[in-house]
Amino acid sequence: MSLRDLLPAAGAFRYNFAFMDEGAKREVRRALLKAVAIPGHQVPFASPELPIARGWGTGGLQVTMSLIGPDDVLKIIDQGCDGSVNAVNLRKLLVATTGVRTTFDSRESTLLQSRHRLPEIPMTEGQIAVLQVPLPEPLRLVEPSEVETRRMHAEGDYARMWVSLYEDVVQNGAISLAAGYPCRVNGSYIMSPSPLPRWDLPMLNQASHLTLLGAGREKRVYAVPPHTSVRPLEFDDLPFEVESFAGLSCARCGSTGTFLDEIYDERTGKPSRVCSDSGFCDLVQAGVVPAKGAPHD
Amino acid sequence: MGYVAVQGGITAIENSQKLNRYLRLRGQSAPLTVRQIMEQMAPLVDRVMSEGSLHSPFHAALALKQASGDPIEASFLLRAYRSTLRRLVDSLPVRTDQMRILRRISSAFKTIPGGQVLGSTSDYEQRILDFSLAEETAGTQCDAKREFESFIDGIEESLDPDQFRKVVAMLRDQGLVAPLAPALSAEPTDVTQESAEFPLDRSGRLQMLARAETGGLLALAYSSMRGYGSIHPTIAELRVGYVRVQIPHPFRPGAAVSLGSLAITEVEIVASVRRSEQEEKPAFSLGYGACFGHNEVKAISIAVLDRAMKSPCPHAPAEDQEFVLLHTDGIESSGFCSHFKLPHYVTFQSDLDRLRNLQGSEE
Repeated sequence: MSLRDLLPAAGAFRYNFAFMDEGAKREVRRALLKAVAIPGHQVPFASPELPIARGWGTGGLQVTMSLIGPDDVLKIIDQGCDGSVNAVNLRKLLVATTGVRTTFDSRESTLLQSRHRLPEIPMTEGQIAVLQVPLPEPLRLVEPSEVETRRMHAEGDYARMWVSLYEDVVQNGAISLAAGYPCRVNGSYIMSPSPLPRWDLPMLNQASHLTLLGAGREKRVYAVPPHTSVRPLEFDDLPFEVESFAGLSCARCGSTGTFLDEIYDERTGKPSRVCSDSGFCDLVQAGVVPAKGAPHD
Repeated sequence: MGYVAVQGGITAIENSQKLNRYLRLRGQSAPLTVRQIMEQMAPLVDRVMSEGSLHSPFHAALALKQASGDPIEASFLLRAYRSTLRRLVDSLPVRTDQMRILRRISSAFKTIPGGQVLGSTSDYEQRILDFSLAEETAGTQCDAKREFESFIDGIEESLDPDQFRKVVAMLRDQGLVAPLAPALSAEPTDVTQESAEFPLDRSGRLQMLARAETGGLLALAYSSMRGYGSIHPTIAELRVGYVRVQIPHPFRPGAAVSLGSLAITEVEIVASVRRSEQEEKPAFSLGYGACFGHNEVKAISIAVLDRAMKSPCPHAPAEDQEFVLLHTDGIESSGFCSHFKLPHYVTFQSDLDRLRNLQGSEE
């Protein structure tokens, strides 16, 4: 070390490519490698503050920032939509600090950062989905202490989780967990698939793409590598159910096999349905891909 | 690309930001200078430095200006800025017993070696709105300043850092508090370099408390003082003043270089008698709190919570490390709280699906 090292370098106030400094990026990538090697296991990382608020996608953002290169094509969606306020804000930050090309077409993207949705068109080999996670711990439902949940994961002690699902059935007649439904990954760890709707979970199972999940505030990353089993928790005599949109279709593109958002007309208050995946809906409208028919099962 | 939900999103955000900036300016009063904030709102600047975890009065005051005075927003700006700074070197442990004292009191003894030094405090003021401040001018400000300066000129006495022996050291000599634990051999924990793992060691706990939000700490410490726990603290010593920050000399092993000094508040409390595992004799237990700047409520709250978290069998919320440390960071809690304003269309749709399904199954 020299005295010069102690002084701020000239231009120290300019930001690095993708904002984070290279040392911090390397730390995230090391955690990600471990996460990929142990599917569904939550790996701690330092998670420094970013210029985006905690809870607004800082985990996903750090994963994206640590992986993105100048040749990447980026898609950012929030609840399925490219134009949602926070997706716009995150995209602006990443474009300003990297200059990469962005797209609304999920098929073109190499990196896809998302909050709470996977695209309707299944992602393919070579693509990476980065999911923003608010609460990475699926066992928080039954246990508030982090020390205790880590022990439960380590010992595969999931009895209380199963009991809570059973009690749910007894009290409500069905499992009332909606989004973020707990899944068993690679037959081992129970994982919270971020608050993806149940609709998207079949797309995580044995997927061709890599899924990385980042929780900034809780300082955890975890992963589902390609070709890995992701099984929602279910009882033999009570199969897992995705959201039902039976008899409904998208008012714009006519798809009947997509996750539909319920919207109410601003003037008449009349309800209708539109695809939650705005990029997919636009492609159908433009005649690039056909409307989605039969719901996946 | 004209999706219903996409339309207007980008423009609406930009317009909202424009409006936000405009609201600060619309009253047409003279611009508030960063220096004014630094000098006339020092406790607020201190609080932002402490919660923003970066000691720089200029940057903290600038953040306050940008945040229109909102301390949590300003601390967030400062933390995000901190992330971009290079970490140069670890300082040597700060010697608070060598502090240049601005204020130093003990509520354990009426007189203490070195004496009680009240310094600056609003503790004994009647909280009556001072309407003369509304009429303050450069002239009245100058007069008041001159009057105080001539008053202070008449005082001969000076404070020597060596005259203030720690009150706790005195108690320790008498065997009333447990002997000092051996100095840390390992590097102290740094939660900005790796995420906190529980149970967290004391250095990590004190670091997280020092960065935590004043109001959050106060609420939890108060719960412990009031009834959810059993910490009835006696402030052995509260001191506010300047401490020297030193780093190891880059070339001469064993020597130190002084970088300057910064103001901190330090509090040591003694609480209920506790028999430690190793010691035969019962002794007072200690709680320690320190934070940037002059913030006594924060430092006392930290000390109470530090002691509360040492409870051998935690039962109250303030005694539970995870409960206290994971819920008092202002940047994290406010960020997560405000994220609920983000669209939750998909997740709510999923909730609706479950509810309608459950309602259907009951019919």
